[in-house]
Amino acid sequence: MAGAAGPGTGPVAAGGDGDDSLYPIAVLIDELRNEDVQLRLNSIKKLSTIALALGVERTRTELLPFLTDTIYDEDEVLLALAEQLGNFTGLVGGPDFAHCLLPPLESLATVEETVVRDKAVESLRQISQEHTPIALEAHFVPLVKRLASGDWFTSRTSACGLFSVCYPRASNAVKAEIRQHFRSLCSDDTPMVRRAAASKLGEFAKVLELDSVKSEIVPLFTNLASDEQDSVRLLAVEACVSIAQLLSQEDLEALVMPTLRQAAEDKSWRVRYMVADKFSELQKAVGPKITLNDLIPAFQNLLKDCEAEVRAAAAHKVKELCENLPPEGRETIIMNQILPFIKELVSDTNQHVKSALASVIMGLSTILGKENTIEHLLPLFLAQLKDECPEVRLNIISNLDCVNEVIGIRQLSQSLLPAIVELAEDAKWRVRLAIIEYMPLLAGQLGVQFFDEKLNSLCMAWLVDHVYAIREAATNNLMKLVKKFGTEWAQNTIVPKVLVMASDPNYLHRMTTLFCINALSEACGQEITTKQMLPIVLKMAGDQVANVRFNVAKSLQKIGPILDTDALQEEVKPILQKLGQDEDVDVKYFAQEALSVLALA
Amino acid sequence: MSSSSPPVGAASAAISASEKVDGFTRKSVRKAQRQKRSQGSSQFRSQGSQAELHPLPQLKDATSNEQQELFCQKLQQCCILFDFMDSVSDLKSKEIKRATLNELVEYVSTNRGVIVESAYSDIVKMISANIFRTLPPSDNPDFDPEEDEPTLEASWPHIQLVYEFFLRFLESPDFQPSIAKRYIDQKFVQQLLELFDSEDPRERDFLKTVLHRIYGKFLGLRAFIRKQINNIFLRFIYETEHFNGVAELLEILGSIINGFALPLKAEHKQFLMKVLIPMHTAKGLALFHAQLAYCVVQFLEKDTTLTEPVIRGLLKFWPKTCSQKEVMFLGEIEEILDVIEPTQFKKIEEPLFKQISKCVSSSHFQVAERALYFWNNEYILSLIEENIDKILPIMFGSLYKISKEHWNPTIVALVYNVLKTLMEMNGKLFDDLTGSYKAERQREKKKELEREELWKKLEELKLKKALEKQNSAYNMHSILSNTSDE
Repeated sequence: MAGAAGPGTGPVAAGGDGDDSLYPIAVLIDELRNEDVQLRLNSIKKLSTIALALGVERTRTELLPFLTDTIYDEDEVLLALAEQLGNFTGLVGGPDFAHCLLPPLESLATVEETVVRDKAVESLRQISQEHTPIALEAHFVPLVKRLASGDWFTSRTSACGLFSVCYPRASNAVKAEIRQHFRSLCSDDTPMVRRAAASKLGEFAKVLELDSVKSEIVPLFTNLASDEQDSVRLLAVEACVSIAQLLSQEDLEALVMPTLRQAAEDKSWRVRYMVADKFSELQKAVGPKITLNDLIPAFQNLLKDCEAEVRAAAAHKVKELCENLPPEGRETIIMNQILPFIKELVSDTNQHVKSALASVIMGLSTILGKENTIEHLLPLFLAQLKDECPEVRLNIISNLDCVNEVIGIRQLSQSLLPAIVELAEDAKWRVRLAIIEYMPLLAGQLGVQFFDEKLNSLCMAWLVDHVYAIREAATNNLMKLVKKFGTEWAQNTIVPKVLVMASDPNYLHRMTTLFCINALSEACGQEITTKQMLPIVLKMAGDQVANVRFNVAKSLQKIGPILDTDALQEEVKPILQKLGQDEDVDVKYFAQEALSVLALA
Repeated sequence: MSSSSPPVGAASAAISASEKVDGFTRKSVRKAQRQKRSQGSSQFRSQGSQAELHPLPQLKDATSNEQQELFCQKLQQCCILFDFMDSVSDLKSKEIKRATLNELVEYVSTNRGVIVESAYSDIVKMISANIFRTLPPSDNPDFDPEEDEPTLEASWPHIQLVYEFFLRFLESPDFQPSIAKRYIDQKFVQQLLELFDSEDPRERDFLKTVLHRIYGKFLGLRAFIRKQINNIFLRFIYETEHFNGVAELLEILGSIINGFALPLKAEHKQFLMKVLIPMHTAKGLALFHAQLAYCVVQFLEKDTTLTEPVIRGLLKFWPKTCSQKEVMFLGEIEEILDVIEPTQFKKIEEPLFKQISKCVSSSHFQVAERALYFWNNEYILSLIEENIDKILPIMFGSLYKISKEHWNPTIVALVYNVLKTLMEMNGKLFDDLTGSYKAERQREKKKELEREELWKKLEELKLKKALEKQNSAYNMHSILSNTSDE
């Protein structure tokens, strides 16, 4: 294998004899050629240590040539090497010698494996900044040109990422050459290269002079946006955001908008999806006037696209789009031009579309104000709360806080309750879990009375759910509720019910009591813990199931710090000592641990 | 957890839990749900008001003067598309189009002299209008072709007939590539190739035959087709890892490679080394490995000097964690060894048998078993025998070790036979290796210890450096050069 059989006559035994501290380095360099990939990888990862020990000169003259020669290796090793070299400037003697790192990185930038190549480009970009302007033109720019005119597509794709870092500091003549190279890559006959160029077009545009942007970048953008392959066209949409930011309104209208309009109606759904996905960025980049004239109609089309993927992506952007509209006239635009389309989406055939909409639609209420929300949005919320897909309902419920601020939650509570109850009993435990997480929020917004009447029983039912994750979440939920409603409420409503479970025939339920006590004791305080909870815990030390007994030990360890010394010494200690002699090893272990943590041993 | 058994209560809990079925839908259930709607089509985008089709007279009833005119009218009529996702709309028009397409298929396959020069344009237009479309997004984002049912093309009732017609057209004795090449050009082929990503296997099957015919009849498009396939594969390997038609394209390539002239062009060798070999890294290799291995072996049969780079390439991409893929690799290696020349074998025996030695000691018994099956292959056995002095030392350690340690009795039995065979090939060397086995192991252990020691020292060194750096950040440079200069 490469590293092993490689012909590289590496730096010979660096300081093999004499200096003892250098001996490992010599072996390390041997390890760079070891047969075992893992060992080669380890040594590459310690490359900076080797370089540090060799000193800058020998790193330049021996280590780097050796590395350049052994570039044929496993991709994993090459990846590590590409990464290391990016931080090597100091190790080869600082910026004056940064160019020494270019040969190995150049080879790495041409390998097949994408991750290696990308990492090499990343390192090259990093190092380019450390070059002096002279070194940049003498060493770095020629490298970019070589890569840009390489035979195999890999080097040309790598070159695409390097133009923007060397352009700003190059002289005018060189700048013209760099632009020329970039141009030819944009019309490369390999689609991989055109994709790479398209994805860097925006970044490159940003470092160009405005005239060149207009005269050179725009035509390239137009070409890429009408490429025969949709994978290229969709990348042009991304570039559009950057280019639009650079141009005046007039230029935008004349140079970019025709292309963008065309992209929004592309025959490939992937391109339309991209427009929908980048909609907020595009909106910001083109400014309010073009947004009103062009983007809103385009957005309407995306909202009723024939492909669900596109509709879902557009639905996701509804709130941001509305938020970013200019305040004057915003309400009218939303009411007349957006809302009618949203109403359609509420009854879309695709659940992803509906759930995307449900995740943002509540945000509109703050923008539209109380009256509009009650009149126009509320019916939509209510419809979505009854949707057949739990994700839609859940997304509505999880964003209730937005509506609460505007119209108060009471408006919704009648419809909310059936929706919550249904989700609380959903067959999918992940749905149940999600609704539990919103309970504290809902409780806060609906108030203690409503909660006690309608939701308390649900919260208690989750404690005996047959999925552990739900029982666990239910326990945490109780703790959060106690923090919200106070200890008195806890003592009256929660604690008695929890403690009753201590004598449940199901040992899992008995353990739930213990877990609840663990979670609640701190929020409930010393008095409740000592008087009501502790006796129950202690009683459970005699449980016939070992799992319950060792959880008693764990609980005692947990609530110990809240108790006073008397209770600890007189009640807890004897029980723990007894458990410390238990026949079960786990019980013994946890009892002894509790004793030592509570300093009772 | 505790060892004591749960009491009665637990049992009752288990019952209630099983009564209250949890939401973990079984994969089979989810799949059944999906199958109901596993039809997709992106072909139909609202074209404004939908034209209603009116039946035209039958071609066979027309006079020969009118026939040509009517043929073209029918072709134009078939350019109109219908929405098959909506199963109730345009039923009458859909049926008229279906009947017309059937008639067209019949017409071109039973009549001679009907494919005249003026018809080519309409024919290709009709085909393009129907089959070229952006494929719909996959219904199931993590579609696993091995497990899941594919999404079928909803408009198949029409598209199938269009493909049928296309094939009859290409295969007709009247078909003239010199005229057709004006319409079936690079852009046409490009779009055709993109369709190979269709999730519908029926469509890919038609495409395979169609592309094969085009490759056969249009000499001017051959290089272009190969290059585009090249690009599709590279994109598949390095960008998307997803393309449904890889197996079909490889199948066509298999016969293309078969027809390559000797000596092989550099372009073809590059395709082998830079595209076909890296394709072995794909996640879904199982879906097209048979076709891929066939292509590779075709190359080696053409030019044996490619054996060494190919095997080294496979060794470079040898799967590290996926046993299923490892078994496939071993299968491919055996196929290659079946056709290898003894001189080529000598060039790669060392790295190759180091890998095989790792495989036979794999704890996954299928990998070990597959590797050990090499010893059932007479030709491989003869190669091993010729080079026993080289191979036995490489293999001996692993074989000896697993003959004592492997958990699977079948493997142990197989290893025993292999050891016996090897012993018969060179008894003396075998005895020597047995004798030195222990010493060898001890030397390895010692080396391992040394390595650990080395890393320890290295850590210390790093700490020391860090300390030095802290102490004298400004003159670190000079300290370093003091320690590193001898």
